[in-house]
Amino acid sequence: MAEPGLKVNLGGIELATPILAASGPFAYGHQYRELIDFKNLGGLIAKGVSLEPWPGNPPPRLAETPAGLLNAIGLQNPGLTYFLENELPLLKNYSPRLIVNIVGCTVDEYAVVASGLSSEGGVDGLEINISCPNIKAGGLAFGTDPALTYEVVSAVRRQTTLPLLVKLSPNVTSITDIARAAEEAGADALSLINTLSGMLIDIEEKRPLLGNIFGGLSGPAVLPVALKMVWQVAEAVSIPILGMGGITSAEDAIQFILAGARAVAVGTGIFYNPNLPGLIKEGIIDYMIRHDFSTPGQIEGLARKGAE
Amino acid sequence: MQACPVTEKRILAAGHCRLTLKAPVLVREAYPGQFVMVYMPDEHRHMLPRPLSIFALDRQKGELSLLFAVKGEGTRLLAGAITGSVWKLLGPLGKGFPALPPKALLIAGGMGIAPLVFLAASTESPRTLVYGARTASQLACPPEDLELPGLKLIVTTEDGSRGRKGNVTDMVYPLLSDTEALFACGPVKMLQAVVSLSEKYKKKAWVSLEERMACGIGACLGCVVAGKKGYSLVCSDGPVFPAKEVVLHG
Repeated sequence: MAEPGLKVNLGGIELATPILAASGPFAYGHQYRELIDFKNLGGLIAKGVSLEPWPGNPPPRLAETPAGLLNAIGLQNPGLTYFLENELPLLKNYSPRLIVNIVGCTVDEYAVVASGLSSEGGVDGLEINISCPNIKAGGLAFGTDPALTYEVVSAVRRQTTLPLLVKLSPNVTSITDIARAAEEAGADALSLINTLSGMLIDIEEKRPLLGNIFGGLSGPAVLPVALKMVWQVAEAVSIPILGMGGITSAEDAIQFILAGARAVAVGTGIFYNPNLPGLIKEGIIDYMIRHDFSTPGQIEGLARKGAE
Repeated sequence: MQACPVTEKRILAAGHCRLTLKAPVLVREAYPGQFVMVYMPDEHRHMLPRPLSIFALDRQKGELSLLFAVKGEGTRLLAGAITGSVWKLLGPLGKGFPALPPKALLIAGGMGIAPLVFLAASTESPRTLVYGARTASQLACPPEDLELPGLKLIVTTEDGSRGRKGNVTDMVYPLLSDTEALFACGPVKMLQAVVSLSEKYKKKAWVSLEERMACGIGACLGCVVAGKKGYSLVCSDGPVFPAKEVVLHG
């Protein structure tokens, strides 16, 4: 039997494999060029870009937890102009499909960044990080409120014809309400989950371990939470889902696809194994051969059908 | 990333371990002050590789040694390594020390000895190493292992249980008039004292810093230190910095 094809279409973006590099750990990719084979990736999601440079949080920014990683980098990035002039030209050379994550403190900021990125060639899609605090709403994260989510997503939608992903925060009462708001505002796909909010305390120093006090938890520890949310959101919306949260193997990735994800992204997992995308690709092919699937689309949401 | 078998393990004074691994490719390129990321064998529980300074090299055998204190789960796993077990290493990483000028003064506090032994072994021209700890059992590297050609060694402990009694800075002060430049690694308070002495006596100084890391290659932005122009990355801008470029916080 011929090797199964791995192509999928994520909200209008044709991907050679259903495996993406999640926004954040990969930065803008250069550092990993000698460590990983980008051909195994369907796409790379560039780390969040804001209008002006953001300095990020004071150290310490990281702590390992059991099967997890707590981080508070603070979305440090060089800003839109620097990104367009210095990072994008390099990224275009080696990124399979390039999706750029955008961040902002106000709706206008998101819109300006989206507009700036859309006017350059080489960007295949945008991903809106709606977990940023909205300065005009007293620091309430956009992604915790359906109305704010609708407002920021529709503002970005008006600025771009590029496929638009919205990255959902798990730190909400009802993720399906947020997912529906994003879909109604014009999102082409949803990414989930972002990190779970958390903290650690240094008992010798008797103070919070992270410089920012609070951080976001990722890694295998969050996988069951992420999987459940993908399952729930898949039921609530009709746009495709990019599933992520603690994926460190092909088996993990296949669970997300069975729950209803069109594609998956790896983040923290690449810290322990930079070759994770290659490993997942091999494992998905092997699974498809064993179960006689010819496209990943045939697996999508299959576990849901059994449960209905 | 390279798979590196352990060729020798030595458990040193309480809670300290010296591990030697065969890593010919890495050894060919490494210079003093650089580090390696050591990947954990039970990767699903311990997601992050551990950054460890290169302590010593044997270029002929293609081996490198790491010296570390058992402080958390990663170093405990590493101290449990058996000879012949294979560990994945990434490196050499980071920007290390500049070449030692004559009359260099090397200053190590506690585990800060690790990169400075590699540095001290990089030349035979006259140089001094001040090596201090709170007490004798905290001298991770046995002073008798530090007999290198041309090296003047001053050992100091705060409680006087080994070498001269006092702290590292007390020993550094009288040496400054005959010193060209300072190279230091150790606790932040010690580094702050060394840096302020270097400024007062107008001597060039370099410091090697430690920070929690995830990627080790400048991508994740997890290991920052404040500098005069915003944050720098300890893994790829350092871990060795000219003292005047960083702001040290305890």
